[in-house]
Amino acid sequence: MQTIGLSFIDWIIILVYFAFVLGIGWYLRRFTKNEEDFFLAGRKNSSWVAGLAFLSANLGALELLGMTGNTFKYGMYVAHFYWIGAIPAMLFLGVYMMPFYYSSKIKSVPGYLKLRFDEKTRVLNGIAFAIMTLLVSGINLYAMALVLHTFLGWHWDISMWVSAITVAIYVGMSGLMSAIFTEIIQFFMIWFGLFLVSILGFIEIGSWNEIVTRINEFSQVSFTTLWSTSGNPTENGMFINWAGIVLGLGFVLSFGYWTTDFLVIQRAFSAKNLRSARLTPIVASFFKMALPFIVILAGLIAIVLSNDPHSGFKLIHDGGHINYDSALPLLIARYYPAGLVGLGVTALLAGFMAGQAGNISAFNTVWTYDIYKSVLNKNASDTHLLWMGRVSTIVGVAISLVTAYWAKSFPSIMDYMQAIFSWVNAPLFATMLLGMFIWWITPNGAFWGLVAGMGSSFTMYLAVKFNWFSQSIITMSSVQSDQAANFWRAWWAWLICAVVTVLISFFTRKRPKEELVGLVKGLTEEKLDRHLPFVKRPEFVAIISLIILVVLNLLFW
Amino acid sequence: MRPIWFFVGLILLVMGGIIFLSGIYNLVNPPPVKTVLANTHPDIWWGALMFIFGGFMYLKSKNKTV
Repeated sequence: MQTIGLSFIDWIIILVYFAFVLGIGWYLRRFTKNEEDFFLAGRKNSSWVAGLAFLSANLGALELLGMTGNTFKYGMYVAHFYWIGAIPAMLFLGVYMMPFYYSSKIKSVPGYLKLRFDEKTRVLNGIAFAIMTLLVSGINLYAMALVLHTFLGWHWDISMWVSAITVAIYVGMSGLMSAIFTEIIQFFMIWFGLFLVSILGFIEIGSWNEIVTRINEFSQVSFTTLWSTSGNPTENGMFINWAGIVLGLGFVLSFGYWTTDFLVIQRAFSAKNLRSARLTPIVASFFKMALPFIVILAGLIAIVLSNDPHSGFKLIHDGGHINYDSALPLLIARYYPAGLVGLGVTALLAGFMAGQAGNISAFNTVWTYDIYKSVLNKNASDTHLLWMGRVSTIVGVAISLVTAYWAKSFPSIMDYMQAIFSWVNAPLFATMLLGMFIWWITPNGAFWGLVAGMGSSFTMYLAVKFNWFSQSIITMSSVQSDQAANFWRAWWAWLICAVVTVLISFFTRKRPKEELVGLVKGLTEEKLDRHLPFVKRPEFVAIISLIILVVLNLLFW
Repeated sequence: MRPIWFFVGLILLVMGGIIFLSGIYNLVNPPPVKTVLANTHPDIWWGALMFIFGGFMYLKSKNKTV
């Protein structure tokens, strides 16, 4: 295919971005004096800073390209990933779970498992999370090189090495602090770099009604509704019913990711006090709700243009297959003149690099505290842990590079990435939920529940992949899609983990209630922000967010 | 330590300024291959918007420390 050409001005924009992120890493190094600065950014961030970083750590370029492409493939149902599939979980984290996380002064999510249950549950989750993080980081690196190679014609090795070394330098210098700073810059790069695509597409087509009318003219199933066609899977582009969306995506996958994945929660741990930590995911929820106005709108615009023979717009075909991820880069090439192309490419680059920095900063913390200090060197000093954090950053980036080359030689591992979250996060959410809200859940119940949940999710994935049994057994439907299978597999893994945890807890030794004060709801005195007027409490802000969520769902019903 | 908003303001100011000036150049010397909606000159008004937004953040935070 013909690649998108970059002008001199575009290169200047890209170089300005690289100079800034490296400069920020260098500037922040002098403020990184101890392990708390390196791993928790000194615990002094406001809810705005932590909230934007919380959102941006999740907002990789792969997601931007993938969700725009998925909208082209599945229609507006992809908005469920942002609305029902994120906001309720983020609000639940802020209102109910954050007090237990933040007040226990833990440095990582596995650290909570150690306090609530025992060392083996912590180490199991720490190892699973570390492997998942490095896999995702490496596959992201591979995906970035693939995108840059396909659309810009850049050299594979140079793309991977330059971005990996840049991330290693700035995270190695100042840890979470520089990761957070660059994530917030990435947030603004993405909005300024990509929202213009939607604006210009909207101007070209004319109006929202025109977009909906033109899509409905040629599609057999609904691509422009959220819920009204969810009663029958054959009537919507994702081939899923409302139960799969609510249980699989809205409950298990969403809560499993947003309330237990340390990659995002680490940003809330960097907040200056409990109120700011609780507000972190709540503030982030408003910006998360706005993202469909970039990715979903761009995907719908791409559908309209590609079905208009006069537009000259067509997605790339690779070996007979449509490359859905090409939608956003092709829209950038269609609308952006020199200078703006550089900004659009910088937004994607920033997304890739900030996503990788997020994974690496989460990995170095879990490795240092939950594996190295917990198992290998229990008496390590603070200075030694700071050194280990820097070393594990470099090693983490190196392993990511190896994984990226592995992915390059074995592209089907890309398929596993969507499934990785349902292997690790979905069962962990059951463990966390039961552990935080039911005092009699035992350490052995939690450990074996987690093993059963992770094992069953992995087995279900392999069983479908290698045709041991039909996918319809998991999805309980005659029509299939990969997304529907992911949602339902996550639900079953959660359920299996929860049932095994409860059953084993009936027969194993419970921890005394007095040891669980501050870790379990019901055993902990709740005096959260009672001195503040209601309008200043996180609960009030969460209610506003919830109202906007309901309005958006009704508007696009 | 300077707040993050200082760096965000600075990068938007610099990038917005470059894109705005590049848009003015494209207006005076139109490129041979035109993008769709090139007549709306998105580089000029979007670059200006970035420049103003970034400048506002920069000025608000340049004397602050956290």
